[in-house]
Amino acid sequence: MTTGHDTAAASPAKGGAAPGRPPAGAPETEREQRRRARLSRRWQRDVRWSPYAFVSPFFLLFLAFGLFPLVYTGWASLHQVELTAPTDMNWVGLRNYTRIFDDDFFWNAARNTLTIGVISTVPQLLMALGLAHILNYRLRASTFYRVAMLAPYATSIAAASLVFVLLFGRDYGMINWALGAVGIDNIDWQNDKWPSQIAVSTIVIWRWTGYNALIYLAAMQAIPQDLYESAALDGANRWQQFFHVTLPALRPTILFTVVVSTIGASQLFGEPLLFDANKGASGGSQHQFQTLGLYLYEQGWVNQHLGRASAIAWTMFLILIVIGIVNYVISRRLRASG
Amino acid sequence: MTTTLTEPPAQETERPRRPKAARAGGTLHAGPVAYVILALFAIGSLFPLVWTAIAASRDNNRLAETPPPFWFGSNLMDNLDIAWSDANLGEAFLNTTIVAGISALTIVVLSTVAGFAFAKLRFKGRNALMLIVIGTMMVPPQLSVIPLYMMVAELDWTDQLQAVILPSLVSAFGVFFMRQYLLQALPDELIEAARVDGAGSWRVVWHIVFPAARPAMAVLGMLMFVQTWNDFLWPFLVLTQTGNPTVQVAVAGLGRGYTPDQSLIMAGALLGTLPLLLVFAIFGKQIVGGIMQGAVKG
Repeated sequence: MTTGHDTAAASPAKGGAAPGRPPAGAPETEREQRRRARLSRRWQRDVRWSPYAFVSPFFLLFLAFGLFPLVYTGWASLHQVELTAPTDMNWVGLRNYTRIFDDDFFWNAARNTLTIGVISTVPQLLMALGLAHILNYRLRASTFYRVAMLAPYATSIAAASLVFVLLFGRDYGMINWALGAVGIDNIDWQNDKWPSQIAVSTIVIWRWTGYNALIYLAAMQAIPQDLYESAALDGANRWQQFFHVTLPALRPTILFTVVVSTIGASQLFGEPLLFDANKGASGGSQHQFQTLGLYLYEQGWVNQHLGRASAIAWTMFLILIVIGIVNYVISRRLRASG
Repeated sequence: MTTTLTEPPAQETERPRRPKAARAGGTLHAGPVAYVILALFAIGSLFPLVWTAIAASRDNNRLAETPPPFWFGSNLMDNLDIAWSDANLGEAFLNTTIVAGISALTIVVLSTVAGFAFAKLRFKGRNALMLIVIGTMMVPPQLSVIPLYMMVAELDWTDQLQAVILPSLVSAFGVFFMRQYLLQALPDELIEAARVDGAGSWRVVWHIVFPAARPAMAVLGMLMFVQTWNDFLWPFLVLTQTGNPTVQVAVAGLGRGYTPDQSLIMAGALLGTLPLLLVFAIFGKQIVGGIMQGAVKG
């Protein structure tokens, strides 16, 4: 890359004005020199500024639809704003925050988000790791398994959630029927707390396991073969190779997927919304699977308090920042020890 | 590598094949257990989709049975027909195609150009700006939803497609993805040669970067199309079912309406998913390759 730049920067003197070059030996007229200087200046301007022109659309759009809303949400969270008149803003300081922190439903939603996040993310990533390990063997029809596992990713939340509502039905659902066949009584997947949270997590696991497996597989294929060979020479069996070669090499990828899945889990919205038999945003009749995402929607669009919804959004953001920092610290620790 | 010389004695029947395996990217041949596990996961992945079709082909009353139906019934066409008109799916398909098409196309072009700058050009602040791009992937969409909603309400854009399109025109992942690809796929010499011939930056992009990036652009385009097609939160907030629904909003509406007819709901879910599954069946291999390629950091 360095050489590329050097040559590029040197070329205007050599060949920048190549198109209209006079025959060799002919004395250069003053006009010709001026023309060359002009081309050279234009060339330098081009080299210097075009990179900014190339990246600016992304940043302009990000400013308008990413950064500005982020800041504005923080501003709105300090105001009373109603959905019916979103431009009328009354300063209330931190009252929205104290209000939601006093609300039992907020803490309930926070706990649910945490538990659903854990029971969806942990099995998902562990299974993805195992799957990737198997896919990394020499396989027949390996493309088929990859595409099949990724098919849920192409399914929308809306369609998937509706199907799982039926599969998890209490009286006629296939899952209870299968459990009944092995002697387990019907479980009320929609109304009991833990079953409903497991059911919502199942939708998440179903959609994302294959995707994560592919990411792990890509990272595994980038591990140099000679690491395995020398491990084998030292007498390591397959399991030891997995634990002492594969896992350490995968550490950055695993951390990456943990962060991405955590962000995804903290924003869970469509699955619990559509899994609700009462068609509301409360996350079940007892709020048994109301996530923070649903709670935000309920405050903002059902109860029409956009200011309070903004406070929830910023609280979620702060939680994510904390998770990000913890993740950073852990990865540094791991790097230092590894 | 000398395979036989220094091998440890235990369980080594497969070892001599090693060099061949290494070439193919895998280490060892998979045993029967591996195939069983993979088959189970493949079935688990595909079963809910297949069952959507089974439920959609049944009469609603026949769904409430024990055991639940495992095979197709005869009502598929009727159910699809009713779901199609009930949920206004024709309009929804058109809307979603427009939204996903415009978004995917814009993202691909903007990401390629920005990814090229980050991969191959040197400029002040490049690393800092790239960090910001990666950082933006961490900002949760729920944070921007409220001000965006205010903006849309202020502009009177509720139920209008541009309200869905505009915020989805930008993708940090896309920039990252194209940068990764172009780092490897675009030789510096090619750019230099064009430079020496007097090509300006825009000509370089048009005549060299775009052709070199075409395979990655296709993959990114499909990924973004799938993502925008399946987007739920934001369209759900700004579009009503009656106004200008996208497929996801329309399908979700089926489940939230007062029709308890499950087979109709499944027919709608099937219709909403089918186009993407078709894309997936045809281009699955490329999409898989694209995700794996975007996952590797460099």
